[in-house]
Amino acid sequence: MTGEHSSKQYDHELEAIRSKVLLMGGMVETAFDEALEAFRVGDAARAERVILDDQAVNQLEVQLDDACSHLIVRRQPTANDLRTVMATIKVITDLERIGDEASKIARTAKNLHERGGVSFAHYDMVRTIAKGTVDLLHDALDAFARLDGKQALALIAADEVIDHEFRTILRNLITFMMEDPRTISSALDTLWVAKAIERIGDHAKNIAEYVIYVVEGRDIRHSKPVAIEPAV
Amino acid sequence: MNQALTKAAPAAAKAKTIEISGLNFFYGKTQSLKNVSLDIHDKQVTAFIGPSGCGKSTLLRTLNRMYDLYPGQRAEGSIQYRGRNILEPGVDVNMLRAKVGMVFQKPTPFPMSIYDNIAFGVRLYENLSKGEMDERVEWALKKAALWEEAKDKLNKSGLSLSGGQQQRLCIARGVAVKPDVLLLDEPTSALDPISTAKIEELISELKQDYTITIVTHNMQQAARCSDYTAYMYLGELVEFGETDQIFMNPARKETQDYITGRFG
Repeated sequence: MTGEHSSKQYDHELEAIRSKVLLMGGMVETAFDEALEAFRVGDAARAERVILDDQAVNQLEVQLDDACSHLIVRRQPTANDLRTVMATIKVITDLERIGDEASKIARTAKNLHERGGVSFAHYDMVRTIAKGTVDLLHDALDAFARLDGKQALALIAADEVIDHEFRTILRNLITFMMEDPRTISSALDTLWVAKAIERIGDHAKNIAEYVIYVVEGRDIRHSKPVAIEPAV
Repeated sequence: MNQALTKAAPAAAKAKTIEISGLNFFYGKTQSLKNVSLDIHDKQVTAFIGPSGCGKSTLLRTLNRMYDLYPGQRAEGSIQYRGRNILEPGVDVNMLRAKVGMVFQKPTPFPMSIYDNIAFGVRLYENLSKGEMDERVEWALKKAALWEEAKDKLNKSGLSLSGGQQQRLCIARGVAVKPDVLLLDEPTSALDPISTAKIEELISELKQDYTITIVTHNMQQAARCSDYTAYMYLGELVEFGETDQIFMNPARKETQDYITGRFG
């Protein structure tokens, strides 16, 4: 933000939206961490909590959409304010989806637990991609909170690493399944989890792209990496 | 969010009707325009925005030398229109004002019939037969979207119309002499929202045939109905560009602060 509005109320409304987005970001970050932990140790109760808590995330999305509509109709935001509101509407969609993906991971964790016994080290399979994506999501939310365009730009490249890691996991799991068909159920569960993690990475990348839109006014979605060099 | 949309009409591709360069303006010893340079594009709407006293109305009034009416006011620099600098002595100011017409903040109908309000200006420049004049009056009222409301009371006083109708009558009067350029100085600031919407609708229709320049305090109005926007402050042109760019992603922080309401 660049200084305060003549209307203090306008500042309050924008700030209220901003802090709710950050709250929502914190909630999905926790949900993701917890879902991964439930998957790692096979904790059904923890998984259940993640699934239940997702309702609060959904509620926040609805509230924030409403708050953004109200701000548009009352204030007719322009320039960076308009870009902030537009980006917020997009970011909360990504956050809500991240919540959904975390719930998917939690559900798979429950399945694994209920079925009992996995014939290979299922968590080791996703350890690297999980770590990379947890960091990516954290940094994307951090860039959004601080409106740090440079940090956001670096994150877009980080998502490519995650996509690559997913393809590696896929190849490994196929090898397991071909060698021992008894691993197929667990391998598929692990694959769904890896896929959910990879999708969370994509959503985090989207958030980073919106940060660049807010800060610089450039829309870099669907651009080739060469075209998204910093503007300065 | 798509920048390709705003890049679709590069400024350089449009023909220029008026080229302003190095324009300075003085009210006595007070300088109220400082080295202003910008182009008014052909058959486009250009809006001047900025806080009170920034020089936007002064800039508008230089474009048809309206300031000539007041002693002690003078302009320096160049305003190229139809191949000559209109600030030079020897320019036929009356012909200039016929080609560069003006509509003011408050509706200013003459105390005469609706018909004569329009015919008055035409008679100064052209010698038309009664039939031709009738046609011209009808044409101008249609252009100003006032014909349907006024056709049955052409002999009634222009002052009997509502504020919004009076303003459209003034636009009809401006259009009747077939100008190239229409200068609108806060044309809707005294009007209610419906009359304002009608004037804005009219502006978008008139730009098919005329180059339009509008001064407005209503930024949403500039955003709605202009193609180019100039932001002025303390007599200087701070930023000039395509309206979408100015309102989505202004290049200058001063512009951003003003249009987002962080001013002062």
